[in-house]
Amino acid sequence: MPLLLIAPQVLISAVFFFYPAAQAIWQSLFIPDPFGLSAQFVGLGNFEFLLSDRFYRASFVTTAVFSVLVTLCSMVPALFLAVVADRLIKGSGLYRTLLIWPYAVAPAVAGVLWMFMFNTRVGVVSWYLGQLGYDWNHVLNDGEAMGLVVIASAWGRISYNFLFFFAALQSVPRSVIEAAAIDGAHFWRRFFGIVLPLITPTAFFLLVVNVVYAFFETFGVIHTITSGGPQQATTILVYKVFSDGFVGQDLGSSSAQSVILLLVVGLLTVIQFKYVEKRVHY
Amino acid sequence: MKKYLLSGAAVAATLSPVAAYAQTEINFWHAFTGRLGELVAEQVEQFNASQSDYVVVQSHKGNYSETLNAGIAAFRAGEQPHVLMVFEVGTATMMAAEGAVRPVYEVMAESGAEFDPDAYIGAVKGYYTTTDGDMLSLPFNSSTPVLWVNRDAFEAAGVDPDMDLSTWEQVGEALDALKAGGEDCPLVTAWQSWIHLENFSAYHNVPFATRDNGFAGLDTELTFNGPAQIAHLTAMQEWAQDGKFIYTGRRNEGGANFRAGECALFTESSAGYAGISAEAEFDFDVRPLPYWEAVASEPQNTIIGGASLWVMEGHDAEEYRGVGEFLSFLSSTDIQAAWHQNTGYLPITAAAGEATRASGFYDENPGTDVAVIQMTANEPTANSKGLRLGSFDQIRGIIDEELEAIWSGDKSPQEAMDSAVERGNGLLRRFEQANR
Repeated sequence: MPLLLIAPQVLISAVFFFYPAAQAIWQSLFIPDPFGLSAQFVGLGNFEFLLSDRFYRASFVTTAVFSVLVTLCSMVPALFLAVVADRLIKGSGLYRTLLIWPYAVAPAVAGVLWMFMFNTRVGVVSWYLGQLGYDWNHVLNDGEAMGLVVIASAWGRISYNFLFFFAALQSVPRSVIEAAAIDGAHFWRRFFGIVLPLITPTAFFLLVVNVVYAFFETFGVIHTITSGGPQQATTILVYKVFSDGFVGQDLGSSSAQSVILLLVVGLLTVIQFKYVEKRVHY
Repeated sequence: MKKYLLSGAAVAATLSPVAAYAQTEINFWHAFTGRLGELVAEQVEQFNASQSDYVVVQSHKGNYSETLNAGIAAFRAGEQPHVLMVFEVGTATMMAAEGAVRPVYEVMAESGAEFDPDAYIGAVKGYYTTTDGDMLSLPFNSSTPVLWVNRDAFEAAGVDPDMDLSTWEQVGEALDALKAGGEDCPLVTAWQSWIHLENFSAYHNVPFATRDNGFAGLDTELTFNGPAQIAHLTAMQEWAQDGKFIYTGRRNEGGANFRAGECALFTESSAGYAGISAEAEFDFDVRPLPYWEAVASEPQNTIIGGASLWVMEGHDAEEYRGVGEFLSFLSSTDIQAAWHQNTGYLPITAAAGEATRASGFYDENPGTDVAVIQMTANEPTANSKGLRLGSFDQIRGIIDEELEAIWSGDKSPQEAMDSAVERGNGLLRRFEQANR
């Protein structure tokens, strides 16, 4: 009976996860032609080719910077908004609804939206920046390009994180907070001393989810805003998997990259659960 | 009225497979939207209305890269269309795919449809023809880069819009004068690699890659880090740093700036004609692409961009006969002349060019023949026949990245192009290995 109950989940994992993963590992050993007519066995040749490419190695750093920034920029404002919304007595429902809206926007659409706002020619924001004497040009400036894709990627996520933080804050027992307040602890002292430790399980969950999001679900944003440029300043690992495989037709290299990505994410998850989770109080 | 009825019937036939029961269906996947998409649909309707044996079903499959991907994915799944539009950059990929594509010359020979390879313009045909002279795919939409001039912007900056701009030396002087006259955007470009490296090399008769730019074999190596290209990029870099050349992006983003009247000069495909003539609220000129007098005493010819039609393997003989008829129809003089005049793409047959000239179109729309003359002025050399490089979409991406490093001043042109050549060669070797 227990086996039967977990069977659907196992089946789904097998079909949608293990089978494609095994395929990727198998394909990473070949250089196939795009039409699937022939394939050359190259052993670990694809990995060698990748790791000898300094741009690919640089992409690890880009990915790390990007993921950390996206995670920070989506969690910190979300927590702040949740704390503020939590203190509201009237109208919190309205704020909540408005704050959740951006989550309904698909990443690629969000990318186009931000791209238009910062477009060097017609962008509203870039125009105002120009008025302030700042010459915005994310097509040539790495830092600006990175900043823009981070904001565009984090923006929709703030809503998602807000929702979880808000729910977590609501479940913090009022009695504990009131007791601290009676003892004379001011708001921020109460927040860092009591509230934050009590919501660490949620924060940890969001950390894992957001890192996975930054790794895997942001290529729509990058594709629409920068296509990985200028130079390779915004080419994160998963974007390179997409562009080599689906634009460049180099399925061998693309498979090898997804295998590497699989290892990286596996490692990251282990680190998160082993070290970060120790600081979580359930 | 009769024409409406016919095209109405054609639409109905296209939409409902039941109506097309007795006809052989031919699938045609292309990458055109907007005005171009409408024009393609019109051509297909005309073909369907012109005979009753075959019905062509056209579908839009996204941009060029997406269309090629859709075709490849469909082939892997055994669902490939009969005719697939592939951009010029994908040519080497398709040529290497023996067993997936059926060469056009074979299709035409078997179908018995009217087909004369010599009717096509040499510079266009050469791109899609093997070294033995066999045409592998049918040229469809081909364009070549030209220089667009905003005459109003020249006048506003106090520069004579009729000044000679045939050489880059002269363009350099014009840029100085424009900048001094208060122009914020003297020069902008589209498709930087295609115009400022690929066409630049052909136009100055210097190789872009060894082995006749890849035509003679897969063991080709990139050579666009030569002195001619570096001299050009060095000048462009200086212009970029002085605010005389404004970089707007890897594709044709600059077109929006030019059409809005913000820029004085624009290097862009001749096919920009449809958009510019529709949107520009200023007087514009089309001029031949400039060349460096210091590098070449006179320009060679430019090469094409655009797409050709590939016939996929795996269909019935009867269907291939229909494909032959359809391709023959597309190459016919009237269809080609109308396509050329409506879009600014080159007429792919000499007859279509002559018909356009005879109709007085060039006199009414001055400048529309610049691209044709520029491409056909000289017999193409090994350096100006075209490019046939595997993984070229990715190599262009690498070139774009390195060019960005030049414009931003991060790298010297020599450093950037050496790096692009080295990285590109890595991809060429992989392509060679995959298609051995």
